[in-house]
Amino acid sequence: MEPNVTKKHPMEEQKAAERVKNFSEVPYGYNIDTAIAEAERCLECKKAPCRQGCPVEVDIPAFIGLIKEKKFGEGVFALKSKNNLPAICGRVCPQESQCESFCVRAKKGDSVAIGRLERFLADWELEHGVDVPALPVPTGKKVAVVGAGPAGLTCAGDLARMGHDVTIFEAFHMPGGVLVYGIPEFRLPKEIVRKEVDYIQRLGVKLRTNIVIGKTITIDELFSEEGFHAVFIGTGAGLPTFLGIPGENLLGVYSANEFLTRTNLMKAYLFPEYDTPIKVGKNVAVVGAGNVAMDSARTALRLGAENVYIVYRRSDKEMPARLEEIHHAEEEGVQFNLLTNPIKISGDENGWVKGIECVKMRLCEPDESGRCRPEPIEKSNFVFAVDTVVVAVGQTPNPLVPQTTAGLKTGRRGTIEADESGKTSRAGVWAGGDIVTGAATVINAMGAGKTAAKAMDEYLRSLPTA
Amino acid sequence: MYKLVTKRVLSDVSTLFEVEAPLVARKAKPGQFIILRIDEKGERIPLTIADSDPERGTVTIIFQEVGLTTKCLAKKEAGEYIADFVGPLGKPMEFPEHPGRIIAVGGGVGIAPIYPKVKGFYQAGMDVFSIIGARTKDFLILEDEMRLVSKELHVCTDDGSYGRHGFVSDVLQNFLADGEQIAEIIAVGPLPMMRAIVNQTRPYGVKTVVSLNPIMVDGTGMCGACRVTVAGKTKFTCVDGPVFDGHQVDFDELVARSRMYQTEEKQALGHCRCGCGGEK
Repeated sequence: MEPNVTKKHPMEEQKAAERVKNFSEVPYGYNIDTAIAEAERCLECKKAPCRQGCPVEVDIPAFIGLIKEKKFGEGVFALKSKNNLPAICGRVCPQESQCESFCVRAKKGDSVAIGRLERFLADWELEHGVDVPALPVPTGKKVAVVGAGPAGLTCAGDLARMGHDVTIFEAFHMPGGVLVYGIPEFRLPKEIVRKEVDYIQRLGVKLRTNIVIGKTITIDELFSEEGFHAVFIGTGAGLPTFLGIPGENLLGVYSANEFLTRTNLMKAYLFPEYDTPIKVGKNVAVVGAGNVAMDSARTALRLGAENVYIVYRRSDKEMPARLEEIHHAEEEGVQFNLLTNPIKISGDENGWVKGIECVKMRLCEPDESGRCRPEPIEKSNFVFAVDTVVVAVGQTPNPLVPQTTAGLKTGRRGTIEADESGKTSRAGVWAGGDIVTGAATVINAMGAGKTAAKAMDEYLRSLPTA
Repeated sequence: MYKLVTKRVLSDVSTLFEVEAPLVARKAKPGQFIILRIDEKGERIPLTIADSDPERGTVTIIFQEVGLTTKCLAKKEAGEYIADFVGPLGKPMEFPEHPGRIIAVGGGVGIAPIYPKVKGFYQAGMDVFSIIGARTKDFLILEDEMRLVSKELHVCTDDGSYGRHGFVSDVLQNFLADGEQIAEIIAVGPLPMMRAIVNQTRPYGVKTVVSLNPIMVDGTGMCGACRVTVAGKTKFTCVDGPVFDGHQVDFDELVARSRMYQTEEKQALGHCRCGCGGEK
C-alpha cells in the first residue's frame, strides 16, 4: 500500500465520552505496523533540520531509520544516547513547535510524527526490558542534584553516564517532580515515570527523598559536610500565583498546584482508598489557558464536574496551551469563556464559592512591543455560578534554596541567575529548569539539565583528583 | 522508612513518639514542624516538632487524635516504621524585641506545640509564665514538662476536673490586669481559643503571636493550601509561618477553611487500614 505521504498516521485514543469517566491514558500509541509505516514517511534528510528543534539533541533520522529496519533495540539505543527519558518526552513534549516544526514534510502537509515514534520506541523498550549502557570508569567526583524533576533527572542521568557519582535530593516522598505531582495520569501514566526514574537509578544515580534542600540540608553543607564537588539546582516552580481579586481564599478555590498535587501525587481521585480528599463541585471555573489549566479542567471533568469552564482574558489565538491539549479538552466538553477576566469570587454564608464575577475583554491594537493588551469592556460585567475555582495562572520560583544560600544571585522575580551553561554565581553550582527560566516546559528543563551536565563534567574533570 | 523509637501515651487521646530522623533532629528549631505520611496511601499531615535530640538523632512529635491519620498513628507501637517524615519546615520562632514578661497560653491540642516554644525561651534564659488548659482533665498533657521550663505554670480545666475551674483566658486576664509589662503573649490552641485570646489582648496593645496549623499538602510553599490572610495579605503558613502576629490574622477565614474537608474527614474514618476502624 502506498503510504499517504501528506498525513501523519493517526494514533488511536480513548473516545472522549468514555475517557472523561476514567484516569487512564488517552492515546494508545502506535502499534508496530503503524510505527513502521509512519517511519517510512521520514525522508532521512542529510541536514536533518528536525534536529535543531530538539533541546536534547536527539539524532532523529537515526532512530527513525532503525524503526524502518525493525531494529527497535538499536533504535532505543540511538534515542537514549541523548535522551534519558524518552517515554516521558514522547508524551509531553510540544513536538509541533520543536522538532516537527522543522520537518521538511511539514512544508507540504503533516510533519513526520516524531513524537509518536519516540513514544513507540520507548514503550517498546519498557515492554521488552530496559538495558543499561556500559558505564565508564568512575571519576571519583560526587555531584548533588537538587530536585528529581525533568531537569534534575536528565542532569543526573547524563552525569552518571559520564562516570560521576550522582545523588538526587527530592523534597517529596516520590521522585518525578512535575511529572508526578503536576501532569495527570491520563496524559502521563505514573508507571511510565517510575520506570524511567528506575532507569536513571540503574545508571548508578542515588536517590534520597524527603530531603528539602535549604531546610534539611543547605547547599553549603552539601559541599562542606556531604563532600560533593558540584551541585545542580533543579527545584522548579514554587509558590502559586493567585489573581489578587477578592474571594480567592474562599472554600473551593484551589491553586492548580494544589488541585493537581492532590489528584496526581496523593491520588485523591481514588479517595477514600487513598486518604487525601479533593472537592469538586458541579460547576468548575479554571482561570488560565496554559497546559496546566487544560490539565486542571480535564481533571475536574474526571472527578465528576458537570460543567468545566476555561476562563481566559485573551482570545483563542493567545492561549499558551498546546493545540493537542486544547483539542482534547474541547472534545471532552470543556467550555471556553475567552476574552473574559475574573474580577471577584463570591461566596455563600458558609464561605463556599458560589459564583465568579467577570468582565468581558477586547484586544486592543498591538502596542510598540507588538503585544495586544486585553482591556476591559465597560459595563460588561456578568456573574456565573460555580462552586469550584482553580487558579492556573502560573507560579513563582521556589524560594527555599535562594533564601538559604549566600552568594547565589537571583533575578528580579526570584529566579536563580545562570549563564547559558547553567552556571550560577556560586562556584561549583549550576541551575536549570523553571528555577532559572520561570515556568516553562518539561523538555526545556531537560535541555537545561543536559547543557549543565556537559559544563559540570568539564568542571569536575578540571578539579584535582583526591 | 522512619522508625518510631519510643512511644508514650500521654492521655486517652494524646500520644508522643520519638522518631528516628537524624537530619531533621540536627536542624530542628522551636516553632518548626514536620510533615509525615504513615504509608503509601496516607495523607501528608503537618505536626509541630515538640523536641529534638541531635545526638540520638530523634525528633519528638506529640499529637491528639483528631482524624484518620492521627488515630492510625496512635495505634503504632515503638519499633514500627512510618513511610515519610520530612523537615524541619517553616520558620523558627523569634524572640521578643521588648523587655517584659513572656506569657505562653496553650489550650487542648495547643499544649503540645506551645511546649517547644516555652522550652526555647527557657533555654535562651527568658522567664515564661505559662497557662495551659483543656476541656477536661483527660485532655491535659505535659504538665510536668511545662513546669520545668516555666517560671510559673497555671493549669485549668473548663469543667474543673483538674486545676483551676475556668478558661485559660481567665488566667490571662489576671496577667493583663496586674500592670506588669508584657513583652509578648504566645497562644496556641484550637482556632476559637486563639481568636478569643487575640480579641482579649487587642485592647491592651500587647503583642500576641499565634502558631497556626492549617491544612497542608506539600509544606514547602508549592501548593498554597495553607494560605491565610495576615494584615490583608495572603501568606502561606508553611513558608511564611507558622507563627504570625495574631492581631493581624483573619480568623473567620481560617475557621471556614479548616472545615473544607469535614465531610471527607468523617468518611475517611470508615476506610482506615490500621484496623482501628476509625474508632477510639
